[in-house]
Amino acid sequence: MQLTFPLLSTLIFLPLVGILVLLLVPGRRTSLMRWAALLTTLAVLAVSLVVLASFDPENPSLQLVERHLWFAVAGFRVEYFVGVDGLSILLVLLTTLLMGLAILSTWTAVHERVREFMIFFLLLEIGMVGVFLAMDLFLFYVFWEFTLVPMYFLIGMWGGERRMYAAVKFFLYTMAGSILMLLAILWLGLEGGSFNVPDLIARAAIPAGTQFWLFLAFAAAFAIKVPMWPLHSWLPDAHVEAPTAGSVILAGVLLKMGTYGFLRFNIPLFPQASLQLAPWIAALGVIGIVYGAAVSYPQRDVKKLVAYSSVSHLGFVMLGLFALNAEGIQGGLLQMVNHGLSTGALFLIVGMLYERRHTRELDAFGGLWKVMPLYAALTLIVALSSMGLPGLNGFVGEFTILLGSYGSEALGSPWFAGVAVIGIILAAIYILYMFQKMFLGPVTQEANRTLKDLHWREVVTLFPLIVLIFWIGLYPAPFFNLMSASVNRLVETVQVAALAAH
Amino acid sequence: MPQADLLAILPIVVLSAWACALLLIEAFLSGRAKAAVPWLAAAGLLAALALVVAVPPPVVSAYGGMVEVDGLGRFLEALFLLAGTLAVPLAVDYTRRQGIARGEYYTLLMFSVAGMMLIAVAADLIVVFLALELLSIPLYVLAAFAWPRPESEESGMKYFLLGAFASAFLVYGTALAYGTAGSTNLRVILASLQAGQADALIVAVAAALWLVGLGFKVAAVPFHMWTPDVYDGAPTSAVAFMAVGAKAAGFAVLLRLLLIGFPMAANTWAPIVGVVAALTMIWGNVAAIAQTNIKRMLAYSSIAHAGYLMVAVAAGSSVDGAAGAVSAALFYLLAYGITTIGAWAVVLALERSDGTGTSLDDYAGLARRRPWMALAMSVFMLSLIGVPPTLGFLGKFFVFGSAISAGLVGLAVIGVLTSLVSAYYYLRVVVYMYMRAGEPEPRAEVWLTAAIAATAAATFFLGLLPQPLLDLAVRAGLSAPIH
Repeated sequence: MQLTFPLLSTLIFLPLVGILVLLLVPGRRTSLMRWAALLTTLAVLAVSLVVLASFDPENPSLQLVERHLWFAVAGFRVEYFVGVDGLSILLVLLTTLLMGLAILSTWTAVHERVREFMIFFLLLEIGMVGVFLAMDLFLFYVFWEFTLVPMYFLIGMWGGERRMYAAVKFFLYTMAGSILMLLAILWLGLEGGSFNVPDLIARAAIPAGTQFWLFLAFAAAFAIKVPMWPLHSWLPDAHVEAPTAGSVILAGVLLKMGTYGFLRFNIPLFPQASLQLAPWIAALGVIGIVYGAAVSYPQRDVKKLVAYSSVSHLGFVMLGLFALNAEGIQGGLLQMVNHGLSTGALFLIVGMLYERRHTRELDAFGGLWKVMPLYAALTLIVALSSMGLPGLNGFVGEFTILLGSYGSEALGSPWFAGVAVIGIILAAIYILYMFQKMFLGPVTQEANRTLKDLHWREVVTLFPLIVLIFWIGLYPAPFFNLMSASVNRLVETVQVAALAAH
Repeated sequence: MPQADLLAILPIVVLSAWACALLLIEAFLSGRAKAAVPWLAAAGLLAALALVVAVPPPVVSAYGGMVEVDGLGRFLEALFLLAGTLAVPLAVDYTRRQGIARGEYYTLLMFSVAGMMLIAVAADLIVVFLALELLSIPLYVLAAFAWPRPESEESGMKYFLLGAFASAFLVYGTALAYGTAGSTNLRVILASLQAGQADALIVAVAAALWLVGLGFKVAAVPFHMWTPDVYDGAPTSAVAFMAVGAKAAGFAVLLRLLLIGFPMAANTWAPIVGVVAALTMIWGNVAAIAQTNIKRMLAYSSIAHAGYLMVAVAAGSSVDGAAGAVSAALFYLLAYGITTIGAWAVVLALERSDGTGTSLDDYAGLARRRPWMALAMSVFMLSLIGVPPTLGFLGKFFVFGSAISAGLVGLAVIGVLTSLVSAYYYLRVVVYMYMRAGEPEPRAEVWLTAAIAATAAATFFLGLLPQPLLDLAVRAGLSAPIH
């Protein structure tokens, strides 16, 4: 392990190099710009793999830590403080992987203002990786809010017909939550004299009544981002209008920032409030599971269907996290990764079809299996993973979550798991219905007869996701190993608080 | 000791003297050489800035306590000089293409800056009043500088009438304070209050009158009505300076008056300032939504920002939070000043010689035509919203922080919620620039572009590396002799 080399800072800020290169590429050389962006994301991926190699899964604490004073004023100090642990390592890897694939998906999809597109994309990567690595609340907030800006431009400039509406809605909705979090962050910082998360957790001096309000302020930011029912209404608009690559990142990574926020900040900083509110959060999660699945079914637009299915899947994640036991949290964390892989892949798949037919209406398709067999087969794998078929990744995550929530002391009732199971059944219905409408039966429309099957570049885009879908489905142990030490410590923190409350 | 007294206000003296000299020099310059006037003015402003930075005042209290050249004063003096210096490159090409390139413009600018500097150090109500008139009267003239354009004349007239009205409140408040305390010196008023010689109620009324008068100057609700009309009609280059300078000057007095002069009245005025702050934040931001003209939108935005500054003033009423609140207000003023001047500079670049080009539609397609200018404008808009990592974000962070430490959580909540509202209209500018097609005709004037680039870079990079600015603001806040 190289202690002196700022590995994590390199990981966060490497995209700046790509941005610089992009600025220097002459005007019309769009393919050069694409390559520059792709190579940058691949380099970031490589760095994240180095991080993985130097990561010690046995160690529950922060690793590869870098701390520098950023600025200090009379009342408090703000640090540039980054580190990685079992709660964040998988999400960092998910981000760096999806970024490269998302860029690949734009190869033929984005023709206008390629330079700006790639710059915004790389800026987004800086923000996202920063969010997962920042261990100072102020620094975290800076990265958190910063991700809004490039995503806003990506939706607004390269989105569909209602892109401006969707972009502004996305920005305002997300900001509405985060400004309340900002006040809570300020309160914590002023009270503790520092924004350093491990210190604030170790002090554990916040009275239960205050914890309640702070929890709600943080939850406002994260619940909108997740999005939890009933705060999800920005999501279908943003997803449907965003360009494919934007949707992939939005679903794959940005939503995880919300669930990650609960995991990283809400639970350890406000353990008593977490225990107190766990049944409520879990109830909202369960409503989200059933609601998302029920609303997915009647959607005519495939992208919207996938978008609503995210509400359902993230409901599972929330249920798992707020089971507040090791199984639930591990399952929730794994399910975050699973959702990133499957839903990311689904958005890629929808995008590939949209590029060919310029429509996403379910009724416009039918019998595609005959025309595009390879595409159909890959879609089937991803769809089955998304609905939680045993042997694929979704099952492992959902099963662990159900296990955790069934026996959870914090939730106090097996009914949460009981109702959540309905979501799995509904998922099977809407996903199989979608698959049937699109791929099975006779070819109903002439325009579909001439569709080309996947290009090798598209296969390359999907391939890593399919591999991981099988890997996690068949042998999830290495993934659980990465997180278990940190999760166990988190659970201990909650248990200590539970004892203190009695 | 008169020499020390003079040294204490040396930058003001130098600037005023240079303004008088420049008025004469300009009269004797022949046609082409007149082009040098703006740069001579800028040189004078920079020389004064150098004096502020480099020559520490030998005494804090000068002229028998009429001026106090403390950290607060020095910080604000530098801020005003910076705003004045930036106003020169903004005006050079603009006044020429509007056909109003006359040398008096810069002389008036310098006099106004001198008045602002004086107000920053004034510790006597009479000096405050004198300084306020010295800074306001040139601004009235600047607002009407584009005569015979009726909008400009209207703007100047409105500004003058309401400004005179506001001055009347100030004079009345001063008279009351003098009547009961027997002095116009802030510290003497304070002492006689503490000794029980002055009537606390009358002093409170005087403070309220001053609050009304200064409310006009800083454009706080409900004394804000003049702002959109004046900003809309006045020459844009003058507005850019006004929006920063006049507002900061008003807050300079508020900070000094309310924190030093009338601490006994703190209990009565703190809730009033809180209400004014809340109203100003809410109304400024809500009314800005309806604007389609960018000058009017920025006018309402400047009202809204007066509200955020008022939050810091309200927070300053708590005894232990005062120094922090003053620092927060100073930092906010600086952040607001840099960002606002930049935003107005972009407005200047798009305004046509007939005064059109200021509607939002005229910004459509700017990102394609001038990507860097659109980027700079986006940075300004994001900073005005308070999105990290910009100066505006840090400003709001410290202001809301001071409110929370003073226990004014309600004001902080209103502050963040109205910031959310503001995101809507600031982002609309970005939407037009980046997401709508159009053929804008931005100017590519060297000095204007340089000013935009400099302010945009400052807004972004000082947001990333704020320590030096923070140190300045904190030191200025601490060295202010606060109760």
